[in-house]
Amino acid sequence: MDRNRLRNQVASMRRSLFDQGYLDDQFIQLEELQDDTNPNFVEEIVTLFYNDSARLIQNIEQALNSSPIDFCKLDDYMHQFKGSSSSIGAKKVTNECTAFREYCNAENAEGSFQQVKQEYAILKRKLEVYLQTVRQASQTA
Amino acid sequence: MATQTQFHVLAVDDSLIDRKLIERLLKTSSYQVTAVDSGSKALEFLGLNGENEDEEMNSSVESVSAADEDHQVGVNLIITDYCMPGMTGYDLLRKIKQSSSFKDIPVVIMSSENIPSRINRCLEDGAEEFFLKPVKLSDVNKLRPHLMKGITTKNEMQSNTNKRKGSEEIQSPDRTRPRYNELEVV
Repeated sequence: MDRNRLRNQVASMRRSLFDQGYLDDQFIQLEELQDDTNPNFVEEIVTLFYNDSARLIQNIEQALNSSPIDFCKLDDYMHQFKGSSSSIGAKKVTNECTAFREYCNAENAEGSFQQVKQEYAILKRKLEVYLQTVRQASQTA
Repeated sequence: MATQTQFHVLAVDDSLIDRKLIERLLKTSSYQVTAVDSGSKALEFLGLNGENEDEEMNSSVESVSAADEDHQVGVNLIITDYCMPGMTGYDLLRKIKQSSSFKDIPVVIMSSENIPSRINRCLEDGAEEFFLKPVKLSDVNKLRPHLMKGITTKNEMQSNTNKRKGSEEIQSPDRTRPRYNELEVV
């Protein structure tokens, strides 16, 4: 019983993540690469993404707080952040990165990095809950 | 050697996430993979330590080309990111194409940026394919013809002693070249 409920929950959460635009097809690609020989692939790569993003966010904030702002470096970090979020299918985060990068290219860092951070935080929370539920569903006998 | 030897792909990308992704994509396609994080590490892996490679190889070039070159390091294809600090994927492509030992290894470039001039330049300078990131399984499936071509070429080299001829023959279907509609010829 429990297992079915969990599975339904997983399915519904997953659907919602796609419907609401948090994830795109690239995430499906990750799921397709997960199999019996690599049963934790999605979780592993998402974890790498969290770690990578934490590092990048720190670097970006540091860059934004320095005076004068090194826009070249900033663009480089944003390029990396956009790249990794795109690689895991984090659609909204990728879009926010693109938008913020345009501000940076205009050397106008007024564009809020906070928005990128916020979108990332939302995604991270949702993914953590989702993947935890997936884990529970697979563990329930 | 009748049985399927696994193809060995050297993947180059400074992004850890992308490296993990490309590695999984390649392994799923039954390729053996070595993933490195820079162009210089790639050259190191190939045994190309830069400057005097050609001079060093001169004395042993007979044995290298007579023997199976690929078994020296066993790399059948190189797939590399374009944007990397230090040596870009393009720089790496050039170095490989300038190397007498490795110029025949197919090179594929990946990039998150869709810049036609960049893409054209890579293709003109010898890249077999250019993939836009994020890379998918359907992209990796396009690698096989280039790898198979390597086998045919090797067989030709072993039977003749000619160096390979121009490489334009096999086009990937996605290349934008005008195709004649054969139905028109009636």
